[in-house]
Amino acid sequence: MSLSERLHPGVNLAGTDPESHVAAEEVLFGFWIFLMSDLVLFAVLFATYAAMSVQGIAEGPRPAEVFDLTAAFLETLLLLFSSFAFGFAMLEMKYRENRRGVLVWLLLTGVLGAAFVGMELHDYYVMITEHAAPPQASGFLSAYYLLTGTHALHVSSGLVWMAIMAVQIAVLGFSTPVKLRLMRLALFWHMLDVVWIGIFTFVYLFGVAS
Amino acid sequence: MNWELIFGQIKWTSFVFAGMIENPSLSEAIASGAGSIAVLGALATVILLTVKGWWVPLWRDWLTSVDHKKVGIMYIAIALVMFARAVIEAALMRAQQLAATEGAGFLSADHFGQLFSTHGTIMIFFVAMPFITGLMNYVMPLQIGARDVSFPLLNAISLMLTMAGAILIMVSLVVGQFSTGGWSAYPPFTGIEFSPGEGVDYWIWAVSLGSIGSTLTGLNFAVTIYKKRCPGMTLFRMPLFTWTTLCTSILMIFAMAPLTAATVMLALDRYAGFHFFTNGDGGNMMNYANLFWLFGHPEVYILILPAFGVWSEVVATFSSKRIYGYTSLVYATMCIAVLSFAVWLHHFFTMGQSANVNAIFGIATMIIGVPTGVKVYDWLLTMVGGRIRFSTAMLYHINFLLTFILGGMTGVLLANPGVDFQVHNTLFLVAHFHNMIIPGVLFGMFAAVQFWFPKVFGFRLHEGLGRASFWCFAPGFLLAFFPLYWLGMMGATRRTYMWSEPAYLPWLALAMLGAALILAGFALMVMQIVVSVRQRAQLAAPLGDPWDGRALEWSIPSPPPAWNFAVLPAVSSQDPFYEAKKAGIAYRSPTTYEDIEVPRNTATAPLIGLFACAWAFALVWHIWWLVIASFVLIWVVVIARSFATDTEETIPAATVKAANEAFLAAARAAPGVSRDREMTSENRGRALPESLEGRSGAISTGPAVEVLS
Repeated sequence: MSLSERLHPGVNLAGTDPESHVAAEEVLFGFWIFLMSDLVLFAVLFATYAAMSVQGIAEGPRPAEVFDLTAAFLETLLLLFSSFAFGFAMLEMKYRENRRGVLVWLLLTGVLGAAFVGMELHDYYVMITEHAAPPQASGFLSAYYLLTGTHALHVSSGLVWMAIMAVQIAVLGFSTPVKLRLMRLALFWHMLDVVWIGIFTFVYLFGVAS
Repeated sequence: MNWELIFGQIKWTSFVFAGMIENPSLSEAIASGAGSIAVLGALATVILLTVKGWWVPLWRDWLTSVDHKKVGIMYIAIALVMFARAVIEAALMRAQQLAATEGAGFLSADHFGQLFSTHGTIMIFFVAMPFITGLMNYVMPLQIGARDVSFPLLNAISLMLTMAGAILIMVSLVVGQFSTGGWSAYPPFTGIEFSPGEGVDYWIWAVSLGSIGSTLTGLNFAVTIYKKRCPGMTLFRMPLFTWTTLCTSILMIFAMAPLTAATVMLALDRYAGFHFFTNGDGGNMMNYANLFWLFGHPEVYILILPAFGVWSEVVATFSSKRIYGYTSLVYATMCIAVLSFAVWLHHFFTMGQSANVNAIFGIATMIIGVPTGVKVYDWLLTMVGGRIRFSTAMLYHINFLLTFILGGMTGVLLANPGVDFQVHNTLFLVAHFHNMIIPGVLFGMFAAVQFWFPKVFGFRLHEGLGRASFWCFAPGFLLAFFPLYWLGMMGATRRTYMWSEPAYLPWLALAMLGAALILAGFALMVMQIVVSVRQRAQLAAPLGDPWDGRALEWSIPSPPPAWNFAVLPAVSSQDPFYEAKKAGIAYRSPTTYEDIEVPRNTATAPLIGLFACAWAFALVWHIWWLVIASFVLIWVVVIARSFATDTEETIPAATVKAANEAFLAAARAAPGVSRDREMTSENRGRALPESLEGRSGAISTGPAVEVLS
């Protein structure tokens, strides 16, 4: 197979760093499969939420009473812009191998991601204190906190991973393993976006509309 | 001093021996005995390792190894140790039920509940799963002509997570109690309200560790098969065992996630007062039933498909014939893998969904019989006109065909919701799934051990003891489980520790006899291994091909070198090694050798396993400082490893050449053994192919010829 035919999800290095591009094929395919398995996990959590948000209200509050659509919309924007910034980090890595450029974009990604997590924690705080809606209140809220919490945990792990990558870029430079790790982190980060769009739609929009 | 900060909920009464001191009874004596065996076993192992000076080799050559072959052997070692425990528990349960037809027997209800829970949990997660994973680990890369799996370190981590789960289950023998909720751990019984102790937590964390390991294994093997096949090995040239490994891996990727979700939700219910599966407050146990069986039914096929692969290899080899209907076997495997996700609801036909839903899932369940039937006919037709040798592995295969069909038919009965309403929750069901899993999975793995043992260790297993063991296992299985069909139809419920029905007695006695035979079979199997190790000189078959094998794993020495293949093979047909032997081009020297990169050993995986085990144990006992510390340590190890750069070592071409040429020269010089003599000491591992027998010099001993440019 010629080099250009070996395409994989995410940024491809065929034109700028053929050696890393070849090395990327197997690990990125493997990571893609990991993400699929992770998506199955989210699918299961979505399904549980779908059942619980209708059948599991019990005496607790209903979705429309506890969700703040403005906050969820702002969180969506934060996460989307963070993915956008990560895209620029990857382009810097691919075309310039510019440490400073990549680090600046990664920092922006991380700040936006951290703001997202911070806002979500604030949402939880408001729900628990003002709406008396902790996870223990009903099956619906248990499922809500598990679904959004699992996503938030993923985003937080992504932030830790990002910090480690920043150190590795500074210490090891753009070696092939560092590049491959960044490419995988990018896939991970974009997938979290996709999952969040699902949460925004099915949890918040449907929830407020119901 | 607040001891709870340090030891969590562990008290001196948590130890199993305290029960014997405070409240002596036969049941407690048995529990203490089991605990003592665990403690003494661990002590004996430590002493043995110290006296023999084996700590260093154990650490250096095994625990830190990332070689897929060693990882595979360690998986199977876990499986055999855990099998010893679970099979003894099974015999104990049989004895209790026999003793309790009129009266209480000798075990307490609670103790009996722990026994069936650990028996089921261990047999599925810590015998069957490690067994198939170990086998796939060892054999699959050799069959596709690869030097390793795609992610060797991840592979070792999967092993260590599984081992951590197994250790946790062994610890539950000594510290505290195990769950009484069965292997499926249905809430609300396993919720905090009805099971406030530590037992369910042991189940949750042992199973979670195992399932995370299996998820990682699945993705590792799938990537390996997609990306690491040797030149020329198209998907439809892959050996059937590799095909079943692929389908199993895909099932693992998709099916383990619902289990992880279910165990996490159960944990949140128990630890944090969530309401997923509780009675009231919006909790609903049907969520659990769906999630658990969304994993649980594909799991059945995760277990059986690799065994199907083993049967395909065994029947072709010991019939000296190309497998009949290769393509149909592949498609049947894929059909089964897909259908396995369409039937999970048959596990709760009786829990109140509509008749239409039951009908759909009943039909979907019955449909799985079709591809399975295709496979059975393919195996039968492979034998037709073949030159069958009744080796131990082949005996297991023939026994499998007969008994598995019976089990399959009772499965079709159970797939009918109307029949299921009558016999669900009885011993009929217990008989059915043991009828599938024992001849299907367990005997499949035993056959695999007989078949590939000489490949792994360089010497054959003692054939006579193997057959003796088979002749205990096969009738033992029939005696132990066929009476249960009858008992089930008489109304004997499963998981029952006593009853007042004398009519059960003769059938339970027969089942007990069967259990005794199975124990004898296991003892003979252990004896077979011990005797074979002692007689390894007579049984040696280092030349790699003792059975006239067909796929690539037989073309290399036994045991294979660390690099598997000196030069990556190129294949142009199914059964490439057999075709090469037939064409007289096997054992030829390659023209050139190259340096080979192999991953260095690393302490990463065992450290992760150690901290994961500590983490799970701390969670069970609410030792929060240790929960945090071990969790942090796991990630410290991972992050530290990510900074390592010097992770590979190079084996020089000269070393590879010297080893490989010595092997090839020995193979070419060996006279070869005919199929009639393969169970004698003449069999040094160079089989004379059936098709070439009687033609001397059929295998080229000529000069080096290019195999791969």
